[in-house]
Amino acid sequence: MLSVKIHNLSLKNPVMTASGTFGYGEEFADFVDLERLGGFIVKGTTGSHREGNPYPRMAETPSGMLNAVGLQNGGVEKFCHEVYHRIKHLDTNIIVNVSGSSIEEYCDVASQIDELEKIPAIELNISCPNVKKGGMGFGTNPDMAAQVVSEVRKVYHKTLIVKLTPNVTSIVDIAKAVEAAGADSVSLINTMLGMAIDVEKRRPYLSTITGGLSGPAVKPVAVRMVWQVAHAVQIPVIGLGGIASANDALEFLMAGAKAIQVGTANFIDPAITMKIIDGLEDYCNRHGIKDINEIIGII
Amino acid sequence: MKEIHDFKVLERRQLGSRYFSLVLEHGGKMQPVAPGQFVEVLVEGSRQVMLRRPISVHDVDEQHGTMTLLIQIVGNGTRRLAALQPGDRLNMVYPLGHGFSLPLPTPHSPLSTLLVGGGAGIAPLLHLSKVLKAKGVDCTILLGGRTAELIPVRDEFQPFGRLCIATDDGSLGHKGLVVEHPAFSERYDMIYTCGPTPMMKAVARSAAQRGIRCEVSLENMMACGVGACLCCVTDTNQGHRCVCKDGPVFDISTMRKWYENA
Repeated sequence: MLSVKIHNLSLKNPVMTASGTFGYGEEFADFVDLERLGGFIVKGTTGSHREGNPYPRMAETPSGMLNAVGLQNGGVEKFCHEVYHRIKHLDTNIIVNVSGSSIEEYCDVASQIDELEKIPAIELNISCPNVKKGGMGFGTNPDMAAQVVSEVRKVYHKTLIVKLTPNVTSIVDIAKAVEAAGADSVSLINTMLGMAIDVEKRRPYLSTITGGLSGPAVKPVAVRMVWQVAHAVQIPVIGLGGIASANDALEFLMAGAKAIQVGTANFIDPAITMKIIDGLEDYCNRHGIKDINEIIGII
Repeated sequence: MKEIHDFKVLERRQLGSRYFSLVLEHGGKMQPVAPGQFVEVLVEGSRQVMLRRPISVHDVDEQHGTMTLLIQIVGNGTRRLAALQPGDRLNMVYPLGHGFSLPLPTPHSPLSTLLVGGGAGIAPLLHLSKVLKAKGVDCTILLGGRTAELIPVRDEFQPFGRLCIATDDGSLGHKGLVVEHPAFSERYDMIYTCGPTPMMKAVARSAAQRGIRCEVSLENMMACGVGACLCCVTDTNQGHRCVCKDGPVFDISTMRKWYENA
């Protein structure tokens, strides 16, 4: 009833978790049956180990939070040699978020992940707002976005998802450019660039001054962008941004997302993904829907 | 095993103007909580407070399935928690983090420990002193604050060791900082500390100089509480580590970069 397809991936249901909010899945194993998820996207992985930005890296804002973690991760070799072997037995779609500062780095990471049998897809992160070099720089210009996607396409042979930033004038232009360059799917939205100031201390809350806004505060923007992109491209769209309930997930599906990712809500209720799957089943039962695809993109 | 559970507030005590404590009942089989571990509590009904708040566990009664939290009112989240009344429910994710190490004494080598707490940082030291006492470890408990009013629940520590107090204004115990208290410079096998960062750094520097093993319990702003979001990191000798998962308790032998940086 809930199964969906994203290019070559079969998902048990449309519910996945967003990169950077769910670690490597293991952190949530006490709360969630990981194999019940449609899939999960592991932490952004770069060519070598990164320490990320200095503390403080997080600030709470109304119905949301800003983060400036800055892609802290152990690097692709550590992922391939250690983490992968701990999680590869899981019967779900494990997708690696691939990040970098240069086209060479994206290609290097993607080609190493390509070798891993149990990783059926990567999510190319051309939208991180918290690194000085690369990241969002590739995702705000259609030509640059197309260039990095077409280079990665040459070395990566499985399902290639490209994660888009909302910090652009026309996200549709970027989506069309990466589709033409060979992307199999797009996921959106990454965080929105934001800022918050501690007026008592008279300084920004974040060590990096600006950071990425996530949580329910961004949801209407995300739904709008998913709707625009879903009408403009042929490849499947994965929706994310502030999803915290089955109703939120349904908004994205109706707006045109084939699948969704839950991010910040995992911090507030570590078992939220299970409740969202239950809620989607309940919705289908109440409305006599036999196949969730019946309501995808109806708006 | 970590769980998400609705606890029932059994008792609420106001402790001066800035602190209160909550006794929370599980109602079933409570997961074991080690000294130094913490909980993340859900603060409901506010758009300003979305994320859970990390709170140290002050006391645990496994037999009755209760735990006590000692909370300092500092911002929007803790102010809302202060409004909880007996009978209310409080949703918590627990037990979280890596607690204090508990070295075992032998008949031939008894252990003497010093527990140094300041402000709300005294919270996890009660559970620790209780567990150490039960293991036959000698505890000296040194609590500090600007004034006596800022050292809540000091009497609860009496049964578990020698209690020493330092206040900046001399309203109780020794006048001055905890590190200036005569008991601080005695010889110990292990020092544990939790409190304001400058206090913990001063304790850690002194312990390092004297070659005494020392653990500090840190408090950074957190989101997930389980090591996934990487928001709450601290500097360690091995680079950034999560306070929520790798800590909150760290051995200072891994924290030179942290305590040397005033």
